[in-house]
Amino acid sequence: MLARIQLSSPVRRGQPMEVRLLVQHPMETGFRFDVLGTSAPKNVIHSLHASYGTRTVFRARLGSGISANPYLQFWVVPEESGELLVQWQDDLGQKGEVRARVDVTPA
Amino acid sequence: MSEAAPALSRRQGLGGLLACALLGVGPARGQALAPTLDLSLLYRPFTGGATPSEARVTVTTPRLADNGFTVPLSVRIDSPMTQADHVQRLVLLSNRNPRPVIADFDLGPWSGKAEIATRVRLNGSQTVMALAQTSDGRWWQGTAEVEVTESACMDAA
Repeated sequence: MLARIQLSSPVRRGQPMEVRLLVQHPMETGFRFDVLGTSAPKNVIHSLHASYGTRTVFRARLGSGISANPYLQFWVVPEESGELLVQWQDDLGQKGEVRARVDVTPA
Repeated sequence: MSEAAPALSRRQGLGGLLACALLGVGPARGQALAPTLDLSLLYRPFTGGATPSEARVTVTTPRLADNGFTVPLSVRIDSPMTQADHVQRLVLLSNRNPRPVIADFDLGPWSGKAEIATRVRLNGSQTVMALAQTSDGRWWQGTAEVEVTESACMDAA
């Protein structure tokens, strides 16, 4: 799954860092029908998890109320340089992840 | 006007119009597809019956959303985000969507700022509620009214 992650810069030690995440996913609601009347099965990214180093810094449980190609913006305080890892899974069991290297500068 | 057919008098006509207006009969009102739910029904399962205080939570959406498929929505909670006092949970609720819980986020002191932005689907004009739980276990709420011109849901016939 394609995804893009963007961090605010510069990243200062102990200061909140803005994370913007965009994932390519249809977020199919299960309420749509094709021309033959067959319903498109529900398939949304139901859970998303962000970790920085060993710590979980953000978790999201999403539903069909989130738009297609979900966009999320949240904040993380980096205490030291490391890697931000965001992982998610959809209803079909497909997993995706995106990583971003974070280099902090002294505050 | 022929003499044979009983003509509708002006008084009768106006009376009829007034009755229609009072009874809500008339041209279909836009987006009157899904009924709106009482928001208290939506937050109760999360708060365990408690009524969240209407403070600290600010929900920002466009007042008029042309397209219900992607409505930008951001939530900001007034919190120092320290170990002792931080927001630990944020729930987005819709009172008109077929599935009222839009999203459910976990935050912590490592978030630094209690702010989330995303894009949501809205099934018609409604009130969107953000429900936040702080580390002391208390619940807070903020709402935003959104007029949606084009609903995100087709008429599910």
